[in-house]
Amino acid sequence: MPTLKDYRGQQPAWCPGCGNFSILKSFKDAMVEMDMEPHKFTIVSGIGQAAKFPHYVKCNVFNGLHGRALPVATGFRLANHEHTVMVFTGDGDCYGEGGNHFLHAIRRNINVKLFVHDNQIYGLTKGQASPTSMEGMKTKNQPFGVFAEQLNPMTLAVALDCSFVARGFTGETEHLKDLMNAAVNHRGFSLVDILQPCVSFNKINTHEWYKQRVYHIEPDYNPDDKEAALRKAEEWGERIPIGIIYRNNRPLYEERIPVIKEQPLVRQLFDTSMLQDILKEFY
Amino acid sequence: MDYSIKIGGEAGQGIQTVGGTLAKLFARSGYHVFSHQDYESRIRGGHNFYQIRFSDKSIRASRDGIDIVVALDKESMVAHEKELTPEGIIIYDSSSLKEKREASHFLDIPFIDLAVEHGGNKIMANSVAVGSVLGMLGMKPDNLLKIFQETFGKKGEEIVDGNMKAAQAGHDHALQHCEKCSFRASDVSEAKMLIAGNDAIGIGAIASGIKFYSAYPMTPSTGIMNYIAGREAEYGIIVEQAEDEISAINMALGASFAGVRAMTGTSGGGFALMVEGLSLAGMTETPIVIALGQRPGPATGLPTRTEQGDLQFALYSAHGEFPRVIFAPGTPEQAFHLTNKAFGISEKYQIPVIIMTDQYLADSQWTFDKFDLERIHYSDQRLRGHVFRELSEYKRHAFTESGVTPLGVPGDSKHLVVTDSDEHDEEGHIIEDAETRGKMLDKRLLKKMPHIREEMSPPEFYGHEKPEIVLVGWGSTYGVIREVVDIINKNKKAAMLHFSEIHPLPEVEKFDYVEMLNNASSAFCIENNATAQFARYIRAETGYEFKFRINKFDGRPFTVDYLKGELNAHVKGL
Repeated sequence: MPTLKDYRGQQPAWCPGCGNFSILKSFKDAMVEMDMEPHKFTIVSGIGQAAKFPHYVKCNVFNGLHGRALPVATGFRLANHEHTVMVFTGDGDCYGEGGNHFLHAIRRNINVKLFVHDNQIYGLTKGQASPTSMEGMKTKNQPFGVFAEQLNPMTLAVALDCSFVARGFTGETEHLKDLMNAAVNHRGFSLVDILQPCVSFNKINTHEWYKQRVYHIEPDYNPDDKEAALRKAEEWGERIPIGIIYRNNRPLYEERIPVIKEQPLVRQLFDTSMLQDILKEFY
Repeated sequence: MDYSIKIGGEAGQGIQTVGGTLAKLFARSGYHVFSHQDYESRIRGGHNFYQIRFSDKSIRASRDGIDIVVALDKESMVAHEKELTPEGIIIYDSSSLKEKREASHFLDIPFIDLAVEHGGNKIMANSVAVGSVLGMLGMKPDNLLKIFQETFGKKGEEIVDGNMKAAQAGHDHALQHCEKCSFRASDVSEAKMLIAGNDAIGIGAIASGIKFYSAYPMTPSTGIMNYIAGREAEYGIIVEQAEDEISAINMALGASFAGVRAMTGTSGGGFALMVEGLSLAGMTETPIVIALGQRPGPATGLPTRTEQGDLQFALYSAHGEFPRVIFAPGTPEQAFHLTNKAFGISEKYQIPVIIMTDQYLADSQWTFDKFDLERIHYSDQRLRGHVFRELSEYKRHAFTESGVTPLGVPGDSKHLVVTDSDEHDEEGHIIEDAETRGKMLDKRLLKKMPHIREEMSPPEFYGHEKPEIVLVGWGSTYGVIREVVDIINKNKKAAMLHFSEIHPLPEVEKFDYVEMLNNASSAFCIENNATAQFARYIRAETGYEFKFRINKFDGRPFTVDYLKGELNAHVKGL
């Protein structure tokens, strides 16, 4: 049985007071609760403050390029679908640089767990607008305010029939831990968008700002109802729902591939005796 | 005996069917065959052709002179008339083209009428055309039966039979009416294999234990994906069509990191998108094989034509300094073996290996007696299963004498496998300190390079032992250069120096090609590009400067006659 100290990684290089620390805590708690040994899963990440996450945990890690975590995670799962693969990313990394991969990972329904640290701002490059920044937000690079409409990842994911769509908040670590648990245990591509204050650069969406607005989705809410989910996903502003917004039982991408029905690619050994007939068709 | 046949027409008319059937038939009958295709970037219409040369002697390229033109459209009657040899003949169907030619080098064959009359369906007109060509050559159509059974077998015996009757009718008609036909195909026996460059890379990949291929379709590399995808079930492979080339290379890296041999393929524009991923492979020391099928650029260029314009791009693509290997096979057989070598080297040194082809090599079909499967080398270099489990200590990027650290399969052991696109320590975690950076670069690049260089084979030398004229090429120009050397050697001392293992350049200790170039009275660097990219590379790496450069950059391949003509301008008495 792994304990919390088994997941202790490098010393985090995040700003003091960063919401990332809460995410790290919820994640480690979730892993202990699920009895997930560090070598049994891999975290793939891209670039940004969130992408440093796997270094602060103990697990297998592929910390790749900006925006490209999902393709790496997809390739990994196709090679070994018996291994748990998670992606830790930010709003810029996932919804900006990696937007195209986000759409197609949802379409495929590859069994990857996607956790987005959504602080509605670029942290690592020091305070530019992100796809989830609210309209009108002024930054050094957007001196007249953000003109583009704010991306709502929840609406987008529900519309694309994403297999599991949830929103968490770093001010609610116990709730976030449960969401992580549910996402990992769900069979299908799972998105958990995590609202998180950026203490250094986002002076609008602060901890207080979120705290006044977030509420737990009602216990009688049915996340299997897509129309209700679309309405729930649309909620933003004065009241922001957290919890499981939508889920479905779409078939897993990996399960549809006949070649890996018996065992994952990585266990299928090759030897050159298989090649005897390979040239026949060319005669 | 050495004949060339050209089938011309609009896309969708069956040029591929007629050309493919004839090429296969000649190869099975035991002839040496070389075919290449010229097509437009469209699904229907336009003007396209399929050119087949066949001989009882070895051939490796196309000739300019055409003996038989099968004109499926009006344009073929006009466009290829000037290419005819003195005995050459154009066959066409005046009733379907609504045009009649009386000149003696035109032969009107009612493809459609014969198809309807003998086969029962006008769709069999292409089989009439195939039969007609055979009739002109004095070859019996009997061998067609097996090919038709393979092609049409699923549609039923009636269809096979109809096509055979149609071919026989075409054959008989040509035999009876072609008074000018003087062609005689000589007798040969042993069947040969007929294969194109793309398929050869596909087989090479499968023979190397490929498990994962991800790509975004792009001419002329798509054939590799098609070939491998058709054999997924048989060999246990996943072919994933990615949403873009960025995803394609990153997926392949993810699969490779997970523990399987992975590959991607593209052309110049897609490779441009992959470049950051190439750098990622370099930094994370993740093995990957990349097929780069060149086509003329810049930008979209001529999507379906050929060029060798991306050598400098492949050599210097991607930010940062890391080792890479570049191969450029000259024949499908070389493509097969070099793909196998690419997988071996990529995994052994944990580096990206690029296999460069171009549309000409990708689509051209050659005949070979066989590919030598005995020469295939496969050895799994990854740390997996109980070997990894029982290891006492493991760090993914641990410093070693050779620079290579064993590549563990994540999940197979309690040892964690960690890597990072950031500079990292031995464990794979982010660092910023100067000392580790220096040591890691030394491990990743400087320590590996000498070993990698030792793996490179010298250029292939062919021709006169002490040549006065040396023709140098790389990649797909192999066949043309070699044939021209044979022609020149009838009264000159010439040789070919062909580079298929381009980067790093092979050591001169094994074979001093620089000295050979220095000793030659004239050395030509022959390239399908405008700026002599290989000549510049040789100068940069060895200091040798080519005085003569022959460059062709019209999107079309060299032919034997064209190259000989270009050489004539420099060398007297060829």
